[in-house]
Amino acid sequence: MIPANFDYAAPESLDEAISTLSQGGDDAKLLAGGHSLLPLMKLRLAAPSLLVSLGKVPGLSGIERSNGGFSIGAMTRHAEIADAEELGVTAHAASLIADQQVRNRGTIGGSIAHGDSAGDLPTVFLAAEGTVTAQGPNGERQIQATEMFKSFLTTAVGPDEVVTSVYMPALDGYGWGYEKFVRRSEDWAMVGVCALVKSNGGTCEDVRVALTHMGATPLRASATEEALRGQSLSPESIAQAAEQAAEGTNPPGDVNATPDYKKHLARVLTKRALMAATGG
Amino acid sequence: MAESVRVNVTVNGESRSSEVEPRLLLVHYLRDTLGLTGTHIGCDTSNCGACTVLMDGESVKSCTVLAVQADGAKVQTIEGMAPAGNGALHPIQEAFWEHHGLQCGYCTPGMIMAAADLLKRNPNPTEEEVRHGLEGNLCRCTGYHNIVKAVMAAAESMRSGEGVPA
Repeated sequence: MIPANFDYAAPESLDEAISTLSQGGDDAKLLAGGHSLLPLMKLRLAAPSLLVSLGKVPGLSGIERSNGGFSIGAMTRHAEIADAEELGVTAHAASLIADQQVRNRGTIGGSIAHGDSAGDLPTVFLAAEGTVTAQGPNGERQIQATEMFKSFLTTAVGPDEVVTSVYMPALDGYGWGYEKFVRRSEDWAMVGVCALVKSNGGTCEDVRVALTHMGATPLRASATEEALRGQSLSPESIAQAAEQAAEGTNPPGDVNATPDYKKHLARVLTKRALMAATGG
Repeated sequence: MAESVRVNVTVNGESRSSEVEPRLLLVHYLRDTLGLTGTHIGCDTSNCGACTVLMDGESVKSCTVLAVQADGAKVQTIEGMAPAGNGALHPIQEAFWEHHGLQCGYCTPGMIMAAADLLKRNPNPTEEEVRHGLEGNLCRCTGYHNIVKAVMAAAESMRSGEGVPA
């Protein structure tokens, strides 16, 4: 399987990358780690006329403490994130992505900008209420997680913008869990669930639950969150809240799972993720 | 027709320079342009791991990397594993031989390259960590049992600097 022909540019500065991308027109695409884009191109589901690689742009990789959280360079590989235990649920979810070879190439910026609802990091980003920094011809801007995912594989990042970093709050005081169901480790999640819980003397002060592959975009399980917020945390109250995890979702069926089965998985995995987040 | 691009890659310690089409995959560059056919193409969809090589020391699936992305990188393939000249094998190759970690052999180059990355990250893995670390590589013959044994033995030999334990 060979991609359709395209031109290739490997700019050595961010400014050059942005100008090359905006001059490249509608069919120009950025290339980060390439582990979502290249498979699509090999299947000829994507045929960009120009690929602008970020591989030689300096300063886009690495993890830094910043503003009570972590600023993660867009080109930081999943493998590096998985090894950074201080990132908590982000590191754990990154460690569950596909396999070592894929984690050695795939990047957090690429994953979130691609916005695949079956991807793990977009879900964690949504639950953690992170922020993306994007730079375009008109300068830099921040995009909140709640504004990021628009529709199937469509994000708020403009066609001539480059995601430069992803900010993840430190989430001090939150317990976390990320549960993912796959047949084989390399597969996309049939369903995944990220849960973050802040407990205050056994009462749920804050809770966030986000779902992987339960719709066209990653989703928050608002009914579960509402059912649990302010309640006393127990296996019973968690189980009851988790029963509402699939409420309002309309997951796509595929070769691995029917919509009903995915709703079942969402409930089961939400319970497990909440239990993990509360030390259960 | 897209404009071709010059790539400079160090492959198994040797500098190589070629004009390539941007769409040329790294695995095709290694096999067809450089003639290094030890790297196999299995699924061609980044699932099976047969095409695994090391790029700047890290395992990658070379069917999902463009040759142009390897510009400036050091690539190591199965041909570059054994020390040159004296006929000896790399300890991981030795261990696959000793423990019969293969049947048809198709997945073996990728298994060995993935094992090299695994043992670099974790020189003293448990059996479970070996199985987990090789989850990106599929073998349709062995049931993995002897592959895991071989990697465990290679780990021991590489730690002790002695030969592969039987």
